[in-house]
Amino acid sequence: MNATTLPSPSAAVPMGTSVAPRAARPAKSLRRVLPGFGLSLGFTLTYLSLLVLIPLAALFLRAAGLGVDGILRELASARVQHALVLSFGGALAAAAINTVFGTLIAWTFVRYEFPGKRIFHAMIDLPFALPTAVAGIALTALYSPHGWLGAPLAQAGLKVAYTQLGIVVAMVFIGLPFVVRTLEPVLEDAEKQLEEVAATLGATRLQTVVHIILPEVLPALLTGAALAFARAVGEYGSIIFIAGNVQNVSEIAPLLIMIRLDEFNYAGATALAAAMLALSFVVLFAINMMQAWSRRHE
Amino acid sequence: MDISIRQLGVRYGDVNALRGVDLEIPSGELLALLGPSGSGKTTLLRAIAGLEPVDSGQIVFGKQDATRLSVQERRVGFVFQHYALFKHMSVLDNVTFGLRMRGRDTRPPNDEIGRRGRELLELVQLGGLEDRYPNQLSGGQRQRVALARALAIEPSVLLLDEPFGALDAKVRRELRVWLRQLHDDTGYTTIFVTHDESEATELADRVVTLDAGKINTQAQPAALA
Amino acid sequence: MSSRRALSEPRAIRWLLIAITLAFLIVFLLLPLLIVFTQALSHGLGTFLRSFGDADTLAAIKLTLITAAIAVPLNSIFGIAAAWAIAKFDFRGKNLLITLIDLPFSVSPVIAGMVFVLLFGRQGWLGPWMAAHDIKIIFALPGIVLATVFVTFPFVARELIPLMQAQGTEEEQAALTLGASGFRTFWHITLPNIRWGLLYGVLLCNARAMGEFGAVSVVSGHIRGLTNTMPLQVELLYNDPGAYSAAFAVASLLALLGFVTLALKNFLEWRHGDELAALRGRT
Repeated sequence: MNATTLPSPSAAVPMGTSVAPRAARPAKSLRRVLPGFGLSLGFTLTYLSLLVLIPLAALFLRAAGLGVDGILRELASARVQHALVLSFGGALAAAAINTVFGTLIAWTFVRYEFPGKRIFHAMIDLPFALPTAVAGIALTALYSPHGWLGAPLAQAGLKVAYTQLGIVVAMVFIGLPFVVRTLEPVLEDAEKQLEEVAATLGATRLQTVVHIILPEVLPALLTGAALAFARAVGEYGSIIFIAGNVQNVSEIAPLLIMIRLDEFNYAGATALAAAMLALSFVVLFAINMMQAWSRRHE
Repeated sequence: MDISIRQLGVRYGDVNALRGVDLEIPSGELLALLGPSGSGKTTLLRAIAGLEPVDSGQIVFGKQDATRLSVQERRVGFVFQHYALFKHMSVLDNVTFGLRMRGRDTRPPNDEIGRRGRELLELVQLGGLEDRYPNQLSGGQRQRVALARALAIEPSVLLLDEPFGALDAKVRRELRVWLRQLHDDTGYTTIFVTHDESEATELADRVVTLDAGKINTQAQPAALA
Repeated sequence: MSSRRALSEPRAIRWLLIAITLAFLIVFLLLPLLIVFTQALSHGLGTFLRSFGDADTLAAIKLTLITAAIAVPLNSIFGIAAAWAIAKFDFRGKNLLITLIDLPFSVSPVIAGMVFVLLFGRQGWLGPWMAAHDIKIIFALPGIVLATVFVTFPFVARELIPLMQAQGTEEEQAALTLGASGFRTFWHITLPNIRWGLLYGVLLCNARAMGEFGAVSVVSGHIRGLTNTMPLQVELLYNDPGAYSAAFAVASLLALLGFVTLALKNFLEWRHGDELAALRGRT
């Protein structure tokens, strides 16, 4: 949730980084050369407050009203705990899968040429562009027992649709572009000279990849994994069709929030939302720390 | 080790980066490759290292035809202009990298590796900095780490690509003197690329000038002065 | 050329990696896209086209278009204003502002919808006040628009901010010295410089606005023919056993939107890559 250090899905650069970094200097005077400061900043702050900050404040206030005890009481139910474990566990598993395959895929696109490369490369952004409900029903149709993939998998004894496995599959779908797109520019910029030096020193190709290249791209890899994780935890539309939505089995946390709201159990919904936000914050903070650690020698 | 370059040709597309280059380098010589950019001097250096594929001709190390050998097999020590240090490894780990990557049959035991690494750091006058990281070193220090790293594998030849190009004038002058001394102490066959004529004449036993992919002149520095 | 071998992977490995990559992409990305269209057409072209004659479906399409027509321009104006303030001026708290603008991205869409229910829902903060004045926000268009604006909030801003930061202020300053007013400077100098970035941001904003499901699902109430957007209509039809292929028919329209968005996005990146923040400034 620390947005300044996590790149966006479409831009692999944190928004706060300006190309020419400047030391922070407080405004010396109120006179500014270009006009429109007051108007633009004023509008920005107003719009931001009305549409984002105040609504979010409503959530925080309600959570504060419940107090930590109140929240923990709501979270004491097995159903709630299961939903949280499912959402976070599934997202972690999916992020791990995406890390492995995302690295392979990014490597292939950066280093190799093959026919149809442009088209496949464009395809990677599909989960960004495709509405989540469409992805949801498509994945379900694909993996249901009569589906193109579901049928052969069922023969092999593997049930995907309406199970926890299906949830992870959907999470892999939506998280893939985050890893690949974050990794690609870093791989492109990876210094060839480091690989050459390693070769002159006698390292085999595999040794070079493992000891030299991977550590270099590790920060970007962690960032991509973090983004994929964050997206998968909160995802709703792509998942609820393929999940079984059976409580204590295949019910994801966002769905449970929805159910609580339908029951007008705002307290329950708030508690669960607060727990999700807090847990996400912790995980992302940990990943940020890992990233800072992997960047310690830059 | 003597090095022989025979009729070496390297093409990039339809550009001849090197054309029919012949060069004999006796063992232990400190040779300078001098020329303007585009003359092919870096291409020649990289071809010797195996970092550029060769289109025609031969490269011979001692008695062995090395033209078809891979980079790893040639055991050349290569130092880049911008050091190319592994920034996530300590100075000692950088220097011992080549030794650590060796297969079980040729790899020395760990304490031996550490000892050799420290010895080399003493040799390049960076003793005590084993546990530092590249981002904590000055440019001149980094270049010396790169050199120690290349020396660690006991290379057949030491190749330096504009080794002092990224450093300021004062450091450059100091390192020149120091490199000459190092060469005299260790006796490695050394080839370095430069576009700076005074650097070439000051350092080298012999200066080879390249122009447009061919050797122009070969002379002792005195003759060029 | 044996020396090349040392610096790249053996051919067998290369082709293996390419094969794995293609297999993964086909299985995980291409097949889902394809199946939308095959299922939509599974009962023939006639049934496919008839699905769009259904009154509820038409209402859903209309609602989606109206929502996007409101949300996208609003967020675009915001994006331009925010980028102008952030890129052309120095002020304290700039980084905080940027973080806050990014906030909706980090929030689950269900939570995004939920905050508006907490504000305006029957038991929300302003719920009783709304009821007293007979103002409907939740379960009506305003709620849907608000939720959509929330989730698509950062798209245009985060495209324009780095872009305008990279472009600096020199051209604008030059325009001022030549006597142009603030507005004319913006219109004639800034806007042309950011037009491709703006288009890119609008494209992504629109795709998300039309396709948003989770947040809208929370606030809409799913009232047939009234508060169902296209994605919600897809869900409705999907859950109706007799309307399976109709669900995919509507989904195929949305998939087409996604496809067109992708194509335009790639086109913009290819043609005008140097004017897009997404591709510049890779540190």
